[in-house]
Amino acid sequence: MNKYSVDVTVIGGGSAGLAAAIIVKKANLNVLILERDKELGGITLQCIHNGFGLHEFKEELTGPEYVQRFINQAVELDIAYKLDTMVIEITSDKVIYAVNNKEGLIEIKTKAIILAMGCREKTRGAINIPGFRPAGIYTAGQAQRFVNIEGYLPGRSYVILGSGDIGMIIARRLTWEGCQVKAVVEIQPYVSGLIRNEVQCLEDYGIPLITSYTVTKIHGKDRVQGVTISKVDRNFDRVIGSEKFIECDTLLLSVGLIPENELTREAGAEISEMGGPVVDNNLETTIEGVFACGNVLQVHDLVDLVTAEAKRAGLNAVDYIKNRYDKKIERKEIIKCIAGENVNYVKPDLINRSDLSKDVIFTFRVKRPDRRLLIQFKDDKNRIIYKRKRSYVIPSEMLEIKLNLNEFNIDSNIKSIEIEVIPRPEVLIEED
Amino acid sequence: MMSESKIPEGSKEIRCIVCPTGCLVHVENVNGELVIEGHSCNRGEEYAREEFIAPKRILTTTIRVENGFLPLIPVRSNTPIPKEKLQETLKEIAGTKVKAPIKMGDILIKNVIGLDANIIASRDLIEA
Repeated sequence: MNKYSVDVTVIGGGSAGLAAAIIVKKANLNVLILERDKELGGITLQCIHNGFGLHEFKEELTGPEYVQRFINQAVELDIAYKLDTMVIEITSDKVIYAVNNKEGLIEIKTKAIILAMGCREKTRGAINIPGFRPAGIYTAGQAQRFVNIEGYLPGRSYVILGSGDIGMIIARRLTWEGCQVKAVVEIQPYVSGLIRNEVQCLEDYGIPLITSYTVTKIHGKDRVQGVTISKVDRNFDRVIGSEKFIECDTLLLSVGLIPENELTREAGAEISEMGGPVVDNNLETTIEGVFACGNVLQVHDLVDLVTAEAKRAGLNAVDYIKNRYDKKIERKEIIKCIAGENVNYVKPDLINRSDLSKDVIFTFRVKRPDRRLLIQFKDDKNRIIYKRKRSYVIPSEMLEIKLNLNEFNIDSNIKSIEIEVIPRPEVLIEED
Repeated sequence: MMSESKIPEGSKEIRCIVCPTGCLVHVENVNGELVIEGHSCNRGEEYAREEFIAPKRILTTTIRVENGFLPLIPVRSNTPIPKEKLQETLKEIAGTKVKAPIKMGDILIKNVIGLDANIIASRDLIEA
């Protein structure tokens, strides 16, 4: 068995892994990227539409253009990577086992690990649509890969379930390839992706968006012949008698993404309820020296935000190796971050009390859309640490607030910080 | 080429895409003067004006590749294309084949369908 020893191993060679590896390499540490696909780049390669790079490069790029810049930089820096290589195990003492068809099983001993495996799409099983299992049911990202990379069309006439950005973008893409998209069906009473995509991907092409409906039956035994959609009430229970049949040969599911947690969980890292691993303000998981970034940590709206987070993970891994590795420094006491009213989750999950003098970047999402709000940070005794006005919130937009908590005169004994998104008091008065 | 930004007749409700607020902007040609209402910022007003006079889009699609590491190369127009020309441009691109190797930024179709726009490669693609 081939054995390797490196400073930092990055699992996943997509946008997150590349940005993190570049930072580590620039700090003169040796770094190895393990990628299971046959080339570097990850999912950004199949997102051939534009709209990327405005934060990172101050210009608008397509997905492939965006990630090509990072691939080029990785090559220039001579960063080591292994393609077609699947990690099968990470141990809690940071030994990695992987396989590829050139070397067979390999072992990598490493001082720090950066988890950058991304996320995967929820499938039919996750939303329990009854019926036969005919050909013609795909996830939206799978269809995107077929159409944009492999060069196949998965069908001719489509219904897309879920109005997230991926669902709407693939609707336009398929229309441009001469296919017919009969409808985009959304269980929520509102579109779940960006308005920009609703306008430019659906309205521009007259594709109906049917909200408060979901697919309740798939017709066809060998091949999809159509779907039944039903209206849902406030509790998402279907309304009997509201059924409509839509003929189509393909159903695409764009019903959410979940971080790839398997390796992380088996390594013994704690996984948070709402998705990826539990991390502290340094993006370090509950295993010392193991960091997480990108969509394996939390699903981001934009690759630019993935890059920013991955750079932080890279810097923190470098800091770990230079200042903490092999020094047996006990983890200092922690403060828990809690998702309060109308907050779905918050990252980081934990803050090291010893880091209170540093900037902490909080990222979170709301559960439902709302307008004229107050974002509040409270301690465990209900004292308000920080508040900020906000004109609107939507679940599809990740919110980010950078705070140096020491500037807010907080009680040094606090056990937790709760973030809530509540209506602004003056709105209540106005509406009286 | 299109005639220089002639103001179309009539009116239109345009949903602004500049930010997630999504203002509904009313744009109307009143005796050759544009009346724009409902926006809440300058960028929104500018977007609605352009969208009313001459809507344009960056076109992103793929071109078949002979002898490539992958069968397709993702491409885009280097500048926005008039919305009403997108269909024709897509047809032209669908009938095109290119050869690997390709470098990001390579011009694969120059002045596509006579427009002042090139179709360029979005990534590198090596030979098979």
